[in-house]
Amino acid sequence: MATSQRKSQEQFIQNLTKKSKNGTCLPCRFSPPEIASLLNMFQQLCGSNSKLDRSSFRDVLMTRFKITDDFIMDRVFRAFDTDNDGYLKAEEWICGLSIFLKGRMEDRIRYCFCVYDLNGDGYISREEMFHMLKRCLVKQSTEEDPDEGVKELVEIVLKKLDIDHDGKCSVKDFRTAVESDSLLLESLGQCLPCDTLLEDFMQLIHGKLTTKNF
Amino acid sequence: MGQALQRAAQWTSAKDGCGGKLEFTPINEDLLNSILKFVETVGKSPEESQLVFKNPLRWHTSLNPSQFQGAGFTDSGDDVVSDKKSPKDDQPLFLMHKLAKDTYEISVQTLGYGEQVLRAAGDKKIVELRSCLEANRDPVVFLLGERFATVETDDNSIFRYIEEITKEIEQNAKQSADGSNSAEIEEKKIVLRLRLKLLRLDEQLMNLSIQKMSSEVRLSPPTVDGEVSILQQLSGDDEERCVVEYIDYYGETFVSKNGCRAQPWRQLHGDICYLCVRVHDNDNPLYITANTSGYYLNNGPVNDKANHLDYGRPDSNTYRDLVSLLKSKSAKFSELIDKQEFALKVEQNDKKKIEMSENRDHEESEQKHSNEHHTRNEKDQQMEKDKNQKNRTQNKKKLEPSLKWKALDIEENILQKEQDTSVTKTEKKSKTVQRLKSKTPIDAEDSFSESDTESEEEEEAVERRAEANADLPSEYWQIQKLVKYLKGGNQTATIIALCSLRDFNLALETCQLAIRDVGGLEVLINLLDTEEVKCKIGALKILREISCNSQIRRAIADLGGLQTMVKILRDSNKELKCLAAETIANVAKFRRARRTVRQHGGIKRLVSLLDCAQIRNNKPDSALVTTDKPDTEKDVEVARCGALALWSCSKSKKNKEAMRKAGSIPLLAKLLKSTNEDMLIPVVGTLQECASEPSYRLAIRTEGMIEDLVQNLKSSNQELQMHCASAIFKCAEEKETRDLVRKFGGLDPLVTLLSNVENKELLAAATGAIWKCAISPENVQRFEELKAIDQLVTLLNNQPEEVLVNVVGALGELAKAPPNRMQIRKSGGIPYLVNLLTGTNQALLVNVTRAVGKCAEEPDNMIIIDKLDGVRLLWSLLKNQNTDVQASAAWAICPCIENAKDAGEMVRSFVGGLELIVSLLKSDDKEVLASVCAAIANIAKDEENLAVITDHGVVPMLAKLTNTTDDKLRRHLAEAIARCCNWGNNRTAFGREGAVAPLVKYLKSSDENVHRSTARALYQLSKNPENCITMHEAGVVQPLMKMVGSPDEDLQEAAAGCIGNIRRLALANERAKYA
Repeated sequence: MATSQRKSQEQFIQNLTKKSKNGTCLPCRFSPPEIASLLNMFQQLCGSNSKLDRSSFRDVLMTRFKITDDFIMDRVFRAFDTDNDGYLKAEEWICGLSIFLKGRMEDRIRYCFCVYDLNGDGYISREEMFHMLKRCLVKQSTEEDPDEGVKELVEIVLKKLDIDHDGKCSVKDFRTAVESDSLLLESLGQCLPCDTLLEDFMQLIHGKLTTKNF
Repeated sequence: MGQALQRAAQWTSAKDGCGGKLEFTPINEDLLNSILKFVETVGKSPEESQLVFKNPLRWHTSLNPSQFQGAGFTDSGDDVVSDKKSPKDDQPLFLMHKLAKDTYEISVQTLGYGEQVLRAAGDKKIVELRSCLEANRDPVVFLLGERFATVETDDNSIFRYIEEITKEIEQNAKQSADGSNSAEIEEKKIVLRLRLKLLRLDEQLMNLSIQKMSSEVRLSPPTVDGEVSILQQLSGDDEERCVVEYIDYYGETFVSKNGCRAQPWRQLHGDICYLCVRVHDNDNPLYITANTSGYYLNNGPVNDKANHLDYGRPDSNTYRDLVSLLKSKSAKFSELIDKQEFALKVEQNDKKKIEMSENRDHEESEQKHSNEHHTRNEKDQQMEKDKNQKNRTQNKKKLEPSLKWKALDIEENILQKEQDTSVTKTEKKSKTVQRLKSKTPIDAEDSFSESDTESEEEEEAVERRAEANADLPSEYWQIQKLVKYLKGGNQTATIIALCSLRDFNLALETCQLAIRDVGGLEVLINLLDTEEVKCKIGALKILREISCNSQIRRAIADLGGLQTMVKILRDSNKELKCLAAETIANVAKFRRARRTVRQHGGIKRLVSLLDCAQIRNNKPDSALVTTDKPDTEKDVEVARCGALALWSCSKSKKNKEAMRKAGSIPLLAKLLKSTNEDMLIPVVGTLQECASEPSYRLAIRTEGMIEDLVQNLKSSNQELQMHCASAIFKCAEEKETRDLVRKFGGLDPLVTLLSNVENKELLAAATGAIWKCAISPENVQRFEELKAIDQLVTLLNNQPEEVLVNVVGALGELAKAPPNRMQIRKSGGIPYLVNLLTGTNQALLVNVTRAVGKCAEEPDNMIIIDKLDGVRLLWSLLKNQNTDVQASAAWAICPCIENAKDAGEMVRSFVGGLELIVSLLKSDDKEVLASVCAAIANIAKDEENLAVITDHGVVPMLAKLTNTTDDKLRRHLAEAIARCCNWGNNRTAFGREGAVAPLVKYLKSSDENVHRSTARALYQLSKNPENCITMHEAGVVQPLMKMVGSPDEDLQEAAAGCIGNIRRLALANERAKYA
């Protein structure tokens, strides 16, 4: 690798750690060598561009993290894409993965909330819940109103999440609910990969696993 | 090979006009393999492989021409031919001829090509060879010519052939010039060689098949019946002694004239009968066909058709006998049958030993209570009687659990309570017994006499759903809805449903049963089998809660939940492991579940959970956060849950063994060092449960756990203290342990625990520990200093029997030291003790009699005992059915007689007492005999009493016992004989009854005490001349001479006296001779 490139990489890492400490971007909890490894991966993924587009990111989500739901994949992309430009920058890529791989409970709560809060107004409303959950149930043709089951489910989940009983779920509600029962973290759709895949990915970063798809 | 193929190989009967086929049987497989090997080796040798066959071997092949491409082969139209041609008729040596599309015929003229064909066939070799042999039933004819055809009579073709060759060689020698002739001879030699090789192969094949066939001796109905009836006798529920749980004929009970039980049309297939066998380690019964060819498994009954079997076979294994079939199908069976310790069913009678409070069978004692209660209250009011009636019927039902009884759950509970209250009226103690029983998480009862009681615990799991349907609570419908989402949703819906299910109060039975009744258990258990960690966690959290209910526990076990949870124990997710272990801890409260855990390797995995706390401290990606607990804390939690599960599992004896083998002891020892009470309770609980096994006791001592146990006695948690005390209770059976307890200062906290009058379990454990520790004299001293006696005496009043047994046991041990006897009197314990002699609890009686006996050694105490009529009570206990009580009472009587004033008069005053004690000499129990002999020795001090017991025939009875080898019995027997000599012609009578010669043998014993009493007896007996002669003949003088030199004066004197008597007789004889 050229020295200039290595230097720019070092520069990037320094910047990122500084930013994450200041809180100007999402927290990044990777060590510098891990960041470097992730950067390489990123460069491989986007090829000539320095940005990762939606479809390549979806590939990663599918193959590496087994998140296969179309809608959720989109939402994850939006949660990663903090500047909303439709592309992932290296920084966004690393900070997003930091939540997957090393995220604290608080990080994850924020991230999940962000995934579920479709319009970004800081609340998860009934409608948003309905939207998230409508593909959850196996449709039974015998039922008169196919959506009735989903509506019931929404009520059930709202009962669990809406701590202050205002008919919608705020970040605070969500946090309180998840802290009382960690299972509620992904109560509106699976948006975090499972532990074994994460461990595999960590090994990939540490170079212990062969890079087959990258 | 011809003979073997014709005789040994199994051909199907000829069908469709074209010769038979080779059957697919093991014998044929083996034959084919041997032939294959032969062709492959011979086909490579240069000469034989080139020998051209007399006629080509032809057969239909499954190969196609493409497999014979390359050098040496050429295509000619549809056929493939070899380049080499036969020298005789110019035919190609190999020909593959197309008969129709995709069907070819191969014809081969040399073994070399044969081998090539087989090589080309690859893994279809056997198929090819099979079709070749099927097409050519006698291949030798084709190979070498008609003259070598297999014939039924003596085959001497080969000799003729040899003669021919030798003749030709001779001829050749005469006309040596002809070269072509010699080539012919050369060829013939090759033919001969090949023929010999083939003959050898034939021989091998025949041998092989004979071996095979001899292993398939045919079965006959009588042999089957014999095997079945033997196994039936060895069958039963007892896992230790019975090789199978159940075995019987399956299907119709009709027996044909020929002894077969199978239906006539099945008999045509050779079936004799069908069996259904249930083995211990498999819940599904095995269905076995007994065929004339052997035993094999069949597919069992066809669903929903009674007595309809699927006669097909799941595998092709056939066994010569039933035992080897079962051995291969059940590991447990083969283990048991190898042990050969099982008893016949007829002989099973359970002898229950009663030694300590622990092995008491609650059930039984309760019943005793109520029975006694009946007799006492006979004159009471009618209402009371009614209640008793109910109790009685209920008790009867308890003895034979039936379906009807099962349905009575609620009612029974009420009855139970009623019984409680009614019993309290007369005997306050038993209420606490009841409470204790229901409260103790670990019933002490199954730790010792497990085989008896284990099956009873929790058998009350009851089905009751139908009657409740009338008004279902609203929770029921809500739960039903949630379970619907569990069933029909994806992961997210499942998680939501799981989370909100937990909002219900799962401790309520209605909710627990509702989950079961709407089919939620199945779903929850199925979820455990999925890959979704979160679903698994959620499901386990619910299962953990609801498994507190015994019906749910059973349902979980029935649905195979334990197997899955055991699997989860190996998961990498710690939270999951914890939950699974905790749920197992809840479910494994009954025997079958514990067995399941063990059989699926759960014990090993649980033990490995204990190890967590140490190893994974520095795992690199510990930052993987699901909850924010630090990693070590989670490890500790895993270990705690593991210990909890092991605690439940350790109630089965085999599990204890399995745990030990899995290396649980050092891990438990490590965890015992923890300071966390939540951790310590399950760990100590497991240890005290396991301490019933000697191997664990040893390990607990040697691994230095006593120190920690003692340390934890000082904890502030009463439950922990209780488990520690009961662990010490069990471990202190051994002297070294007792010393260690003292060394680590454990006696002081034990005595301190005595002040906890409220917690009866703790009290029982602490007093038990004191009892066992007091067996060592050094400990007694320490207890004296701690003034334990006073405290123990106060506990003699108003305590449940669990506590009383141990308190009295402790007092009995402490009273071995004379100052303590006095102390017991001073603190007023004797009246209590004597009062307890009227009890019925046998374990208690054993201890009370011992304690009273020890106290009676002090004359001052004896006065009190006498005044309270304690001796009469002791005497009446000789009538107890329990031999331990009898023996203990008889021992206690000895010091009483010794120390009582006017003992003779007192003994006489017991009507029928002397007759009773003499009749006990007929007992089979060594301890009873020894104690009764000791008592008789004391009774016989009084001449009048001696006269009475002589009248009751004590002399022949004692004489009959003299052949014993038990030193304890010998000692007291000799003592009794010595004392009984002092009346009438008893000495002569002993001689007549043949008691003298065996006594002489006692002198060879290694026990000094035996010598002393024997010498005394011999001295007494030697006063009779006849006895002297017998003694002398038995060689008494030599050992007695040695004993004259003993440091023991008593012995000296008696021995010398005896020799003196013998000598005097000799002198008198001499004098008479010369006079």
